[in-house]
Amino acid sequence: MNYFQLFDLPATFELDLTELGSRYLALQRQFHPDNYAAASNRDRLMSVQQTANINDAYHSLKQPLLRAEHLLALRGLKISHEQRSFTDPVFLMQQMELREQLEEISTSDDPDDAIMAVEQQLQQQRKVLLKQLAAALEANTAEQNQQAAELVRKLKFFFKLQHELELIEQQLQD
Amino acid sequence: MAYSNKVIDHYENPRNVGSFAKDDPSIATGMVGAPACGDVMKLQIKVNEQGIIEDAKFKTYGCGSAIASSSLVTEWVKGKSLDEAQQIKNTDIAHELALPPVKIHCSILAEDAIKAAIADYKQKRGG
Repeated sequence: MNYFQLFDLPATFELDLTELGSRYLALQRQFHPDNYAAASNRDRLMSVQQTANINDAYHSLKQPLLRAEHLLALRGLKISHEQRSFTDPVFLMQQMELREQLEEISTSDDPDDAIMAVEQQLQQQRKVLLKQLAAALEANTAEQNQQAAELVRKLKFFFKLQHELELIEQQLQD
Repeated sequence: MAYSNKVIDHYENPRNVGSFAKDDPSIATGMVGAPACGDVMKLQIKVNEQGIIEDAKFKTYGCGSAIASSSLVTEWVKGKSLDEAQQIKNTDIAHELALPPVKIHCSILAEDAIKAAIADYKQKRGG
């Protein structure tokens, strides 16, 4: 299913999220199962199914990584369930170092400071990668789409790091 | 999802955790990652003049299955020739640790890590 079509939005990575939000609400109202309480079984079922599709679509388009994956899937590059290992040694070494920094937070003299330092690094790196991703998806050539897929893989590592960092923050607060 | 006893054992008592000095010419390093879960695995081997893996170490950031898979592989490769180590299959790892289907990718990661380390060694020697 083409989620962009469902919301009648152009299939681009740069998306007007406010517009997406209001179209989501409008579609939800339109297909809300309450509106089909007196309808035939078939129509009621259709409204339930359509509501589920609308929710999935909104969830996917709202988040940049899922949106990029959906866009790439529409272009014939399915990467969301791939199990291939990532092997860029320079990138992975950097990931190792960031993981080590995360490990050292809890034993550092000033954990808040250490969290801030990592947080800034992660934010900065994410920003750079997202910008490159937007450019690659905009170019939309076979080569640039492959490049975009590689950038999505890299970004997934950074989102995972962000998640780990948030867990550490929570643990320190408790 | 319950972990098997073997996974828990390797997770709680991981074998061969750590790093070798990278500039030692007998040391080769394999780095791999899994974008889907963000796991990162580093596996190092120490190879003697006869091409036998004398020692191995790993460092893995990931779930229990990823740690157990890399720990098991470092045990398995010790004493093996590079060719023998190259033959290690993810299915053997998954079978030994009784990994559930959703964790098979952890064993794939460990297989790819040892293959990457062997490739790094060959490149170091050849280049």
